Amino acid sequence: MAAVQGGMSDADIETDIKTEPSTDGFGNNNANDGRVLSASPGSGSSTGSNKQTAAVTPEDQQTLLAVLQFLKKNKLIESVEILRREAGLPENSLDPKATESAGAGSGGAAGIVDLEGGDVSSLLSRVTGSSSAGAQAPTKAVAEDQPDVRVVLSAYSQQGDPTLYEVYYSDLKKFIETVLDCHRAELSQVFYPLFVHMYLELVYNNHESEAKAFFEKFSGDQECYYEEDLRVLSGLTKKEHMRGNETLLDFRTSKFVLRISRDSYQLLKRHLQERQNNQIWNIIQEHLYIDIFDGMPRSKSQIDAMSGSLAGEAKREANKTKVYYGLLKEPEIELPLDDEDEEAENEEGKPKKKKPKKDSMGSKSKKQDPNAPSQNRIPLPELKDSDKLDKIMYMKEATKRIRLGSDNLPSVCFYTFLNAYQGLTAVDFTDDSSLIAGGFADSTVRVWSVTPKKLRKVKSAADLNLIDKESDDVLERIMDEKTASESKIMYGHSGPVYGISFSPDRNYLLSSSEDGTVRLWSLLTFTCLVAYKGHNYPVWDTQFSPYGYYFVSGGHDRVARLWATDHYQPLRIFSGHLADITCTRFHPNSNYVATGSSDRTIRVWDVLSGNCVRIFTGHKGPIHSLAFSPNGKFLASGATDGRVLLWDIGHGLMMGELKGHTDTIYSLRFSRDGEILASGSMDNTVRLWDVMKAFDDLETDDFTAATGHIHLQDNSQELLLGTYTTKSTPVIHLHFTRRNLLLAAGVSQL
Amino acid sequence: MSAMAEERRQKHCSVVLPTESMKAMAESVGVGQLQEDSCVALSEEVSYRIKEIAQDALKFMHHGKRRKLTTSDIDNALKLKNVEPLYGFQSQEFIPFRFASGGGRELHFYEEKEVDLSDIINTPLPRVPLDVSLKAHWLSIEGMQPAIPENPPPATKEQQKVESTEPLKVVKPGQEEEGTIQGKGQGTTTPDGKGQCLEKGLIRLKPRSTHELSVEQQLYYKEITEACVGSCEAKRAEALQSIATDPGLYQMLPRFSTFISEGVRVNVVQNNLALLIYLMRMVKALMDNPTLYLEKYLHELIPAVVTCIVSKQLCLRPDVDNHWALRDFAARLMAQSCKTFSTTTNNIQSRITKTFTKSWLDDKTQWTTRYGCIAGLAELGPDVIKTLIIPRLAIEGARIKAVMEGPVISNIDKIGAEHVQSLLLKHCASVIAKLRSPPDNVEQYRTEYGYLGPMLCSHVMKARTQAALQAQQVNRTTLTITQPRPTLSVSQSGLSGSSGPRTPSIIKVPSSLTLMSPRPGTPSQPSPPATKYIVMATSAGAASTQQVILAQSLSHILDLHIGMIMCQI
Repeated sequence: MAAVQGGMSDADIETDIKTEPSTDGFGNNNANDGRVLSASPGSGSSTGSNKQTAAVTPEDQQTLLAVLQFLKKNKLIESVEILRREAGLPENSLDPKATESAGAGSGGAAGIVDLEGGDVSSLLSRVTGSSSAGAQAPTKAVAEDQPDVRVVLSAYSQQGDPTLYEVYYSDLKKFIETVLDCHRAELSQVFYPLFVHMYLELVYNNHESEAKAFFEKFSGDQECYYEEDLRVLSGLTKKEHMRGNETLLDFRTSKFVLRISRDSYQLLKRHLQERQNNQIWNIIQEHLYIDIFDGMPRSKSQIDAMSGSLAGEAKREANKTKVYYGLLKEPEIELPLDDEDEEAENEEGKPKKKKPKKDSMGSKSKKQDPNAPSQNRIPLPELKDSDKLDKIMYMKEATKRIRLGSDNLPSVCFYTFLNAYQGLTAVDFTDDSSLIAGGFADSTVRVWSVTPKKLRKVKSAADLNLIDKESDDVLERIMDEKTASESKIMYGHSGPVYGISFSPDRNYLLSSSEDGTVRLWSLLTFTCLVAYKGHNYPVWDTQFSPYGYYFVSGGHDRVARLWATDHYQPLRIFSGHLADITCTRFHPNSNYVATGSSDRTIRVWDVLSGNCVRIFTGHKGPIHSLAFSPNGKFLASGATDGRVLLWDIGHGLMMGELKGHTDTIYSLRFSRDGEILASGSMDNTVRLWDVMKAFDDLETDDFTAATGHIHLQDNSQELLLGTYTTKSTPVIHLHFTRRNLLLAAGVSQL
Repeated sequence: MSAMAEERRQKHCSVVLPTESMKAMAESVGVGQLQEDSCVALSEEVSYRIKEIAQDALKFMHHGKRRKLTTSDIDNALKLKNVEPLYGFQSQEFIPFRFASGGGRELHFYEEKEVDLSDIINTPLPRVPLDVSLKAHWLSIEGMQPAIPENPPPATKEQQKVESTEPLKVVKPGQEEEGTIQGKGQGTTTPDGKGQCLEKGLIRLKPRSTHELSVEQQLYYKEITEACVGSCEAKRAEALQSIATDPGLYQMLPRFSTFISEGVRVNVVQNNLALLIYLMRMVKALMDNPTLYLEKYLHELIPAVVTCIVSKQLCLRPDVDNHWALRDFAARLMAQSCKTFSTTTNNIQSRITKTFTKSWLDDKTQWTTRYGCIAGLAELGPDVIKTLIIPRLAIEGARIKAVMEGPVISNIDKIGAEHVQSLLLKHCASVIAKLRSPPDNVEQYRTEYGYLGPMLCSHVMKARTQAALQAQQVNRTTLTITQPRPTLSVSQSGLSGSSGPRTPSIIKVPSSLTLMSPRPGTPSQPSPPATKYIVMATSAGAASTQQVILAQSLSHILDLHIGMIMCQI
């Protein structure tokens, strides 16, 4: 999509990314044909070219393919044949690799592969065949000047009588309405994808009025959560519009996934075969991926809970990979004894409490959590002395932490940004809650100190030379008192700053912006250190790893990137989302990254391999906030649909649905013990939820983990512990201090 | 899906720019003759592209954490498509598109003025805007939301309404904390409470309607009421401003209501005009407050207002004091409350109309009351004037004639008759001007309306010329201004700042009260002025002595109130 938008100019950067959805599609195809799908979807591609094990290196292949395409374009069929034979590319083996490496040019090639099903006549032979046939057919003539989209769209060229479409569709509708109740909900799932594909076929074949009539007749039947997509679709009334339309390409390149029980599927199949309804049967065969399971058909509410994403539900295999969601062992740091003595004098209860706690910590670290990744699964930075001091501070604060629960709610302190006429777009707090950073629509990044300690810069190089470097307070001496102020402004971006994140050691700040860059700022000098370029399109979010050093960013180019602060190029590219990546979060153990997207799915990626290990569907709108629970087991997500969904990462299951908000949820945060979830929304409220109860309630039920069909109770009202309304200030950030005080931030709309 | 959504969707589907727009745009870039077919093709293509850009722009709006789409979002969306953004649209608030029509075409255009650079350079720099700053407050303290100005008022208007209209409310387990006014402790989901609920299922309860006032609120109430009826006009203005804007007055509303109705009762007996005016201004301020749900207290407020309209005597010296102004003001208040609160169930408007008409029809009614009735009816709008007042003009004219031309019985009656006459002329002229077609014949008027006929005729003619003048003005203005300028003081609205001091004997009535004016009045216009001034003819000395008396009577009421408050606590 990005390549289509940007024209040819940035094709080179985008190539490896662009092909991704198509690879996914190919994977689907494989599975459909009954071949063994060894790796999870997206596995081959996500780490880019260096992971590929093809006989021919990708670069070579790419050039080869380019040459082949040039030849065939000029109708030098013989040369094509010869070259192909010489390169040792058998026809069948060519296409998967070709699709991967051919870049924008053949991005749509997967489409062919897709629709041709199992017995793929290769990309080449197909194209050669068509051109040798004389290129007389009108569709092919049009296609000549638009090679990439042509291939995708040509899937629609085969066709029946346009006037019969309505008949076909209503026939199926009638059938599904008359089947047994238990099957109806399941079979109703096919309506939406069928509707879209039939409409697109009509549009593609220039039956404009029929398409319009079809749309008007049946669009009202579709589930309300597809309304956004239908709106996009409704604007698309001409064949010319289909070129470069993102939604369309998404629909074509990835098969719509449905989960249907075997009984229901047989019912549908029999009906269609009896009626000789080939039109619909073809679409089901070619554009839909039906994940058949054995057992009871699902109920309407179960289906509704999981559907809503751009490309249907996640396949069951997609969530089968083992995820090491446990926490890493904390490094053992001795608490300074004198402190403990001091406190023992003050309060008698204290040391007793502390002792067992420390013991439990110790025992935990001895026994490795079976769900935790090994300590060095990904290399983490060494702890510095200052980090150790901070850890000690943290542990001390932790002892003073308030234990939250349904009868012990946190206090909420709200930071309102005043006079922010330019528009506040992102906020972050440091972990110790001493600094607040704000990203603004006027491209500035501002940092405030909320403690009496003011912000100071380091002295200039000349002045630093004069300092006694051996003195104990050298860290204090390097600071320039003259620069002390409560806030600092940093200039550098050239567009609204949409994402902002402090490093855990409070020395750095990351910001991502509309200008396509992620910038790293030093909080010692308050200057920009690095601008990480690569996204080219707006970067919607960025976040530091909880251990520092790594960070993740995601944006409009549908790709999340993993970076290390000392590399100017990304270490990993996570690609697979079908629309913008709107938010990114690191797992507390730093081994995984979660991304939320406008395609209404959440994906969890393995930092080590770059693979997508979880796909969560169920949201009905773009996802704007994510939060991992402190124990790493759960994920909470909030979207424009105003719902918070809870996910079990280990089992890959939806755990609960929290309804209450009426507008986009921009912020989610678990309390430090993970007992309470706070959500902040555009509807000017902060809400607190009893997530412990939500998790407990579900765990007592018997898990149908194998199928993943959970039955959610509607208990949002019971789980809602509190709603706090602001005076027309949307809540855009939330943060729990180390003592479990909730901090919220927003800009007043008054 | 509901039919509504379907409808909406179909609308999306069909929206295409009109081909005339294509022509206009083509002309603006110098393409004269555009084929109809090309126009159709172009408009479809352009509509599609615009929709595409709008979709992308929405993305930027969402990420900008706003509800309003701005021009910069569009710019960013264009940039995304590698299209050069539109320069020059930088306004945050609105896009200054203007509308023009003429020659059968309608156009919206963006006026680009030529600006002299030296003008810009020479103008003094605007004030530097305030820098971004942070302000912290407690949104909640251990589950309770403190009632501080930074937090929203504890009960919204809807909640107040629900509470007063649905006294029996279904309590579901776990929902208890939702509706209650005070940010109650979250410990409500205690096991015993829940068990109860579960046993009995849904219980219908009448919630305790408590209006406990905190010490601060009691102090506030005391200060406000004292200022409202006190002698210092500056303080009064401040107090009224506070009543009109403060969001947290809900709890005090019953007290204010009682204060007003008792105050009117006492002061009508004592004929204290100044106090009555103050109390009416309080009613006005309460009605202006957008956070209050007044419906619950109309039974106290409406009688008080009606008293001020129709009472036989409102002041000590009816021949000198301008109690007419109070009647006018109260009548306007009445009309406003009819407009806002009248529903099919309470039927305020028809009940009020009946009351007024009944006493107007009574022969024995005094001129003062007569005036009040007519004013009250006239303020209700042209329809009421047409159906109720105009048919009675002849009878009323005869009555006035009897007083004016007959033997002088009392000066007071004469003044009353004069006022009634001018009131009738004022209100009826504009309505008649619309009812009758232009040639205004004095004789015709006389036969139809009797004694008042000739005067009406001249008033109607005046009204016509004015209307014509305005029409011209309106025609001229449509070309230039159709969009109101945005207010710049956006951030100030939350502050309950003090308004400027007002002169003691003038009540300023905003133009919004003159419900009948059919067009937006501009200050330069001679007839219905934008603001009305009611000049009170009380001399300063007299007023102060009255106030002393009043202060006593009021302090009595105050004591009563505070006593009540204490009892409740």
